Amino acid sequence: MKDTIIVEIVDTLDTSKVFLELSHPHCGGICVFVGAVREFTDNEEVIALEFETYKSMALLEMGKIAQEAVDTWKLQKVIIRHAVGVKEVEEPVVVVGASSAHRDASFEACRFLIDTLKKRVPIWKKEMFKNKSVWVSAHP
Amino acid sequence: MEVLLFGIAKDIVGKSSFHLPEEESFPKSVFELKERLKSMFPEFGKLSSLAVAVNSAYAEDAEILKEGDEIAIIPPVSGG
Repeated sequence: MKDTIIVEIVDTLDTSKVFLELSHPHCGGICVFVGAVREFTDNEEVIALEFETYKSMALLEMGKIAQEAVDTWKLQKVIIRHAVGVKEVEEPVVVVGASSAHRDASFEACRFLIDTLKKRVPIWKKEMFKNKSVWVSAHP
Repeated sequence: MEVLLFGIAKDIVGKSSFHLPEEESFPKSVFELKERLKSMFPEFGKLSSLAVAVNSAYAEDAEILKEGDEIAIIPPVSGG
């Protein structure tokens, strides 16, 4: 039997396998959110994003968030997978997904997974523009 | 005391970890560590938030630091 919870930090994110990882005979709803590199921030062209992490803690936090989602929405499976390193425009950087008997639970869980990841998981993103680079959210 | 640094914290200090001398002024709590950092590197006071992790978990200001703890400075996170 496959794991109920998968949390990973990877160098390259493969979004093609997530459906099979979440698929389950008891689940009629599978919801997946993919975050990708956007070309513009406030009308300024982004060349790339660079992600770094405190990996041991990030995996623990991702595991806690996934477990909270399983407990809240009675999910069959949950995935949180985040990439690190330099990522160019359109490259995927994060995938969260959930499977449940009915769709409402997996939709709501996906929203919770990505929103909570952004607040709690120790991953940092640097936006690289033509002439400067900025750590996102570092300053008010 | 060895302190791990990430993201902008690494840029502020100029390296990925730094050593606080273990003497009388050794910070005893998370709060004292944060205050010490802000006095050594005023840039820390300008961040949106500043958290500390002890042994890979977020720590409250009152938490007491012990020898052998893995301590990390967590500047505002921005994953996703």
